[in-house]
Amino acid sequence: MSILINKDTKVIVQGITGATGLFHTKQAIEYGTQIVAGVTPKKGGTEIEGVPIFNTVSGAVASTGATASVIYVPPGLAADAIFEAVDAELDVVICITEGIPVMDMLKVKRYMEGKKTRLVGPNCPGVITPDECKIGIMPGYIHQKGHVGVVSRSGTLTYEAVDQLSNAGVGQSTAVGIGGDPVNGTDFIDSLKMFNEDEDTKAVVMIGEIGGTAEEEAAEWVKANMNKPVVGFIGGATAPPGKRMGHAGAIISGGKGTAEEKKKTMESCGISVAETPAVIGETLIETLKENNLYEACLTHDPK
Amino acid sequence: MNIHEYQSKDLLRQYGVAVPNGHVAFSVNEAVEKARSLSTDVGVVKAQIHAGGRGKAGGVKVAKNEDEVRTYADEILGKTLVTHQTGPEGKEVKRLLIEEGCNIDKEFYIGLVLDRSTSRIVLMGSEEGGTEIEEVAEETPEKIFKEFIDPAIGLQGFQARRLAFNMNIPKDSLGKAVAFMSGLYKVFVEKDCSVAEINPLVTTKEGDVLALDAKLNFDSNALFRQKDIQELRDLDEEDPKEIEASEYDLSYIALDGNIGCMVNGAGLAMSTMDIIKHNGGEPANFLDVGGGATAEKVTAAFKIILEDENVKGIYVNIFGGIMKCDVIAEGVVTATKEIGLTMPLVVRLEGTNVAEGKKILEESGLNITAADSMADGAEKIVDLVK
Repeated sequence: MSILINKDTKVIVQGITGATGLFHTKQAIEYGTQIVAGVTPKKGGTEIEGVPIFNTVSGAVASTGATASVIYVPPGLAADAIFEAVDAELDVVICITEGIPVMDMLKVKRYMEGKKTRLVGPNCPGVITPDECKIGIMPGYIHQKGHVGVVSRSGTLTYEAVDQLSNAGVGQSTAVGIGGDPVNGTDFIDSLKMFNEDEDTKAVVMIGEIGGTAEEEAAEWVKANMNKPVVGFIGGATAPPGKRMGHAGAIISGGKGTAEEKKKTMESCGISVAETPAVIGETLIETLKENNLYEACLTHDPK
Repeated sequence: MNIHEYQSKDLLRQYGVAVPNGHVAFSVNEAVEKARSLSTDVGVVKAQIHAGGRGKAGGVKVAKNEDEVRTYADEILGKTLVTHQTGPEGKEVKRLLIEEGCNIDKEFYIGLVLDRSTSRIVLMGSEEGGTEIEEVAEETPEKIFKEFIDPAIGLQGFQARRLAFNMNIPKDSLGKAVAFMSGLYKVFVEKDCSVAEINPLVTTKEGDVLALDAKLNFDSNALFRQKDIQELRDLDEEDPKEIEASEYDLSYIALDGNIGCMVNGAGLAMSTMDIIKHNGGEPANFLDVGGGATAEKVTAAFKIILEDENVKGIYVNIFGGIMKCDVIAEGVVTATKEIGLTMPLVVRLEGTNVAEGKKILEESGLNITAADSMADGAEKIVDLVK
């Protein structure tokens, strides 16, 4: 079991013929992901890396029965690509693209209300269910199959955390990158809900950063609803206020969205927060031991 | 991206949002000349810098006649204003806004921002004009009213009316207030603003509704389709190192410490600063080199880091993942040689071919310390700069 994607997920790549799209498509195929089609307007009917190309998403879905798509198109065209994927009634759309205007994302979110599609991202590394399906730009080899869910606003920081877990012999059920933008599709609470309902996930690591109040809201949700242990980390304790720290959403404004405030709320809601990014793995293992879950989550030999 | 008050007001005027008549001036003579063209005797001389709190710092003066305009313009131009938003070093005033005075009846606050929790633009209003909205939110939150805007239909008349009534805008000015709000929302959406703040918004004795001050910020991700906004950028208002970094597609923010950081990915870059601090060091900057750490990008990043005279050592923390560590290591070695770097350099690499990468660093004959983990690297660099 896992969340969002698994070995049966059939994936379309929107923007497959661009350099980034093509590179990561090859990596995904190598990992074992079922890439069933690519979409690039005007290139329909051709093939690339053995993957058939279609002019439209709906055309690709009709021919292949795909249920998920990944988007690698440039920021100015990304909203249109998401609209097209939602219109084609895919289950999951994962948008990797960074730099989409907020105004476009507001329209996307509005359009998606009441639709069946779930959007992950944008500005995210993607989603991986180890040994089954990798959609996005994360390095597959650092992941190990297991029972800990990971959800994060940051890409490389997620790799750091996953690496620590794998090195400690603790595999992951699914790792979800929700992205660094202020307006995104899937948030912490959506991911935590799915992990809570997933039989195979026994604990969750949530990695947040400064800006907004998504972590605080998620912590309150955890306190009220979560029946599995959650550990966390917040990046940006040393970030100065009023400055955008790389991610569009990582900004402390009007005194709101500080790392300190987030940590405080998370801890008061029963989430163990790692003191530094280097001890995310250790913090999780301590929590697993306290909850008698360590044995169950130790899926392979530690390095 | 930020722009000046006078530029914000020009933009608002284009959208039919009422603002006092006024002109920008770059010299004292120009200020006097512009004051003559106004229809009132009383003129306001306003310092134009990208920071709030100008009034308290002596950057806004009301002149009763031409002589006073000259005196105040002379006083403010070239002056370094220190406000709570400029930092202790302050900002030099290079431009003035010369504006008509008006008969203020009452002051209000109007703002448009993104509400991240609901993914909606929210229109906020308060009758506590003139004070900072954060302060009002802290002390009298019941005096702030909000209207959440559905992007499918935009700001509706009933919402603007409801807000105006809640804010106690005089009934006689209702129509003008509603027109003002509608225009402001239109600018916000069409120009891809991230913040629009009118503080104070005033009603005048004649019943007009005017933006006495105006602050518009723009979504940097949308600048590609807002060419006219891009032209309003004032490089004097930005950190030169940050400008240079943006030319190389690097994300850089200067801090006060002495350990330069070069990291891939925003989250990891922030966390690297955090772990340096945790180990008793002080980060000199935030720097995200992005996905591909090529020799060219690494060189540019090193150069920018080294422009900061406080830097005594550099910590490179790269979780390459899909990127090959040997390629990154080559980039670091090439850049180090090209620059002739002599200060301590700690490099932590993770990703494919990590062993080959470390070997390249070790065999380079350069003063490079390889680290085994993020924590190890942080400890090493803090130790080396002591």
